[in-house]
Amino acid sequence: MEVIAFSILSAIVLIAAFCVIAARNPVHSVLFLILAFFTSSGLLVLIGAEFLAMLLIVVYVGAVAVLFLFVVMMLDVDFVELKQGFLNYAPFGGVVALVFFAEIALVASAMGASRPEAFDASPNAETNVEAIGQVMYTDYLLLFQISGIVLLIAMIGAIVLTLRHRPGVRRQSVEDQTGRKRADAVELKDVRPGQGI
Amino acid sequence: MEQFLGWTENPILLVLLSLGQILLVTVVLLLAIAFLLYFDRKVLAGTMLRKGPNVVGPFGLFQSFADFGKFVLKEMIIPAGANKTVFMIAPILATTLSLICWAVVPIAPGWVVSDLNVGVLYLLAMSSLGVYGVIMAGWASNSKYPFLGGLRSAAQMVSYEVSIGFVLVTVILLSGSMNLTTIVESQTGGFWNWYAFKLPTIIVMFPMMVIFFISALAETNRPPFDLPEAESELVAGYQVEYSGTPFLLIYLGEQIAITLMCAMTSVLFLGGWHSPVGDLGLFNENTLAGLLGTGTFESLIGAFWFALKVTFVFFMFAFVRALVPRYRYDQLMRLGWKIFLPTSLVAVLLISGFVVYTNAAAA
Repeated sequence: MEVIAFSILSAIVLIAAFCVIAARNPVHSVLFLILAFFTSSGLLVLIGAEFLAMLLIVVYVGAVAVLFLFVVMMLDVDFVELKQGFLNYAPFGGVVALVFFAEIALVASAMGASRPEAFDASPNAETNVEAIGQVMYTDYLLLFQISGIVLLIAMIGAIVLTLRHRPGVRRQSVEDQTGRKRADAVELKDVRPGQGI
Repeated sequence: MEQFLGWTENPILLVLLSLGQILLVTVVLLLAIAFLLYFDRKVLAGTMLRKGPNVVGPFGLFQSFADFGKFVLKEMIIPAGANKTVFMIAPILATTLSLICWAVVPIAPGWVVSDLNVGVLYLLAMSSLGVYGVIMAGWASNSKYPFLGGLRSAAQMVSYEVSIGFVLVTVILLSGSMNLTTIVESQTGGFWNWYAFKLPTIIVMFPMMVIFFISALAETNRPPFDLPEAESELVAGYQVEYSGTPFLLIYLGEQIAITLMCAMTSVLFLGGWHSPVGDLGLFNENTLAGLLGTGTFESLIGAFWFALKVTFVFFMFAFVRALVPRYRYDQLMRLGWKIFLPTSLVAVLLISGFVVYTNAAAA
């Protein structure tokens, strides 16, 4: 059962990952990327790491990929121009691919020597969430806090980079708008016929 | 429904059984939605002093089925400039993604398709996927109104998911579990034990329920937050180019998502399948429970209360639509990011402090 599910899911991940680079339309690429993310969370569920699987979907599929899709959809991509640069970048891409393959081969051979027999996603018979929480808030507390601070700094940096106060821009004051009373906006006049106001 | 799965180890039978459960939930849900739609239109009509649908069947009860027939029989038009594959996948995705959320919703004791340990997270993950149906539909139509609608909807859903997430965290903290069945079980014994009304935390949790409800309105693109389809500006937003069955699927996906939000409100805050007055001692040998067996009877009663609560929250959804005018887009974003997000963040702090304090006092 699990072997069948694993084969199907990993086949989908591989095909989707291939299509990400093979697809001509960038939007299709992003959609295939989303499919790859989604299916890999299925793989995580298969080894019993449900919490990580759900986080993968919430963070990557639900937030990061939406931003990708946003940006790609808004871009006015010229396909001909995109193709022209291909040959210039091909050697560089080839070198990167070679380095990656060498690394994967190294890791795989090292794994073959000392391969863990059974992976336990939730040791000590706890749920997944508890197991991760136990480790994260004890052994790796410092790293966890530091990554939190790094994220905070990144967020503030992004805000500072995009926040500009241009002079002469008319802004809406929400307090004025929501605090407006009926008397400020409507005035009842008793209009005499034939005279007007 | 693990109680029914104990008798067989055969993998094929197990797959068939879960397929049967999925089919059962889907059929019952779709039937319920057919009548909830009718109810929605009747409520809207009632507030406007109209009659509402009253032609098909007694009191117009079969209106939704007539609509269904109309949509299915109509011609399906694919615009010439549309991206055909994505255009056709989008409605299917919209319906599927909102349907699979129902896998973890506990309807009655033991009546849940998949009793996941991370049920709440699963719901959050799947409802965050719902945005793809809309954004793909908007982009693939290759037209400006659908695209604008899709962009609006994506921004809106992403924004309100954040506050929904924080509200979920408060409930998770109080119940100490991400399993929806456990969350419901921890609210047993009368409405004063439901998280919306439980005593010391009511000060925080009742406003949290209100925030959850309003965020749910925004998340499902319901009025007063229906900017993605705002008829007066965007014709009908991301669904302009859809007709026939694909339109039906998009519409259905929305309705399923709305019912899901109603179910989530009742599971998280209103005690799920529990009766509002606690156990009245109905489950003994002398009553109907003796005839049907205690477990089945309890489940039936539980399903009844659950359905009643979902209908009540759905009534609120329908009522809000009739009462409140549409928000402006910047007001919507302000409400989500500047009001709901800080409020729910403070609530998470307060509730976690409360939980730590009570745990320390108990230990």
